[in-house]
Amino acid sequence: MAVKVLVPTPLQKYTNNQATIECTGGNVSQLIDELEKNFPGIKDRLCDEEGKPRRFLNFYVNSEDIRFLQGTETTLADGDEVSIVPAVAGG
Amino acid sequence: MTQATQTKTSTFTPTFTSLVSKEGGKEYPLKAMNICEETFAPLEVAYDYDAIRSRVSRESIQAGPNSIWRYRAFLPVASENPIDVGTGMTPLVKSHRLARRLGLKNLYIKNDAVNMPTLSFKDRVVSVALTRAKELGFSTVSCASTGNLANSTAAIAAYAGLDCCVFIPADLEAGKILGTLIYNPTVMAVKGNYDQVNRLCSEVGNTYGWGFVNINLRPYYSEGSKTLGFEVAEQLGWKLPDHIVAPLASGSLFTKIYKGFQEFVKVGLVQDKNVRFSGAQAEGCSPIATAFKEGRDFVTPVKPNTIAKSIAIGNPADGIYALEVARKTGGNIESVNDAEIVDGIKLLAETEGIFTETAGGTTIAVLQKLVAAGKIDPEETTVVYITGNGLKTQEAVQGYIGEPLIIEPKLDSFERALERSRTLERLEWQQVLV
Repeated sequence: MAVKVLVPTPLQKYTNNQATIECTGGNVSQLIDELEKNFPGIKDRLCDEEGKPRRFLNFYVNSEDIRFLQGTETTLADGDEVSIVPAVAGG
Repeated sequence: MTQATQTKTSTFTPTFTSLVSKEGGKEYPLKAMNICEETFAPLEVAYDYDAIRSRVSRESIQAGPNSIWRYRAFLPVASENPIDVGTGMTPLVKSHRLARRLGLKNLYIKNDAVNMPTLSFKDRVVSVALTRAKELGFSTVSCASTGNLANSTAAIAAYAGLDCCVFIPADLEAGKILGTLIYNPTVMAVKGNYDQVNRLCSEVGNTYGWGFVNINLRPYYSEGSKTLGFEVAEQLGWKLPDHIVAPLASGSLFTKIYKGFQEFVKVGLVQDKNVRFSGAQAEGCSPIATAFKEGRDFVTPVKPNTIAKSIAIGNPADGIYALEVARKTGGNIESVNDAEIVDGIKLLAETEGIFTETAGGTTIAVLQKLVAAGKIDPEETTVVYITGNGLKTQEAVQGYIGEPLIIEPKLDSFERALERSRTLERLEWQQVLV
């Protein structure tokens, strides 16, 4: 089951400069673990010490902020698109 | 062909030294970037305050120019000739009639509804951002806007000869869209709310090599809001107020007014004092006010639904910092509903002759609410920040204000109409009394 992940510029050094990668995972949390397997070190950037997504990062599944869904428990299906976007912008 | 104006070689020694992460303090060079690569926290411009202290005095500031650039030692630009379109030094009006209505003795209105050139506080941040954009070599500038920022970016880009592409939510007020299009930028009206616009811009941000004023130029851009603090301190006779009330959208303006006051204290221009910071949000988009009331130190995003579109940011970038400022200064963050916002716009217009937009209506309504709740001391020197102009959001008050009396060009037609209007006025009075 493949999910498309959009990676922001500051994290692309972990993904061999790829802005888009394919990954797997039944939910967002599993996806993050899977990303770590493929790109060691990336989980520390995505999550804080408690393992929760960093507060200055927003995660979207098919354009919806996961905080309006089930957070990191939000389930993923084949073909879903997950965007990771830095939160500090605008205003 | 030679250029009409040549950029002069800079002889001005900049006072800004680096970009510093607000979480962890990691330093970065003075490039076009807005987030810490490790924590994704916002980057903040750092200055050499000793250098500023040795360079500025009340007299040097008062010597001008009559714009935000009188405070240039506190702003992150290096060019000798920053973009000066007369932005800033807007009136600080001592309120009499609104103050009396509210029962306040020392109320002031900082009126950025008449800021130049596009009638909102955004001209301050954009003047700084576009000056910096030119220094960093950008030829195209862009922004994610709720309207005012698009007006300002397009206008000042036109003045500066920069290409411009702005992104706005498609459902903005007509005045804000027209007030952008007139400068002939490319306008992307996104079918979605501001947070979606913002996200889209964050995604395209690094791809096209553009200077996004509130994304990759955000650390420089946001510093422009400090001038709202500087001016108030100078206009009060080099004193800080006791309490300020300002609108909260991303929370940036609020935290930068605070930073402005702190910097004036740091370099010895004003005496230190605890200024209380109170923030205003619209109930239909009040993530920061909700977090404040619930005692949380994190802000849960919301989906905006309010007439106050200019401050309808459901996922505010500086929300946590605004919370922090309100709490540590003993201020409050309150929200008001759309009807109260309209009443706030009308109240300011009828008592002070200032026509503000929905953000200003929100701020006045929150001021009123805080007074009613006893959260503003009548003796305090309170400054309320009006950041935008009502002519841009006419839809908000349509149907809630009077109509002209249509008459024939004849004396008796006028007299009949006048009599009628006086009767209506009396009826209104009677209704109030009942």
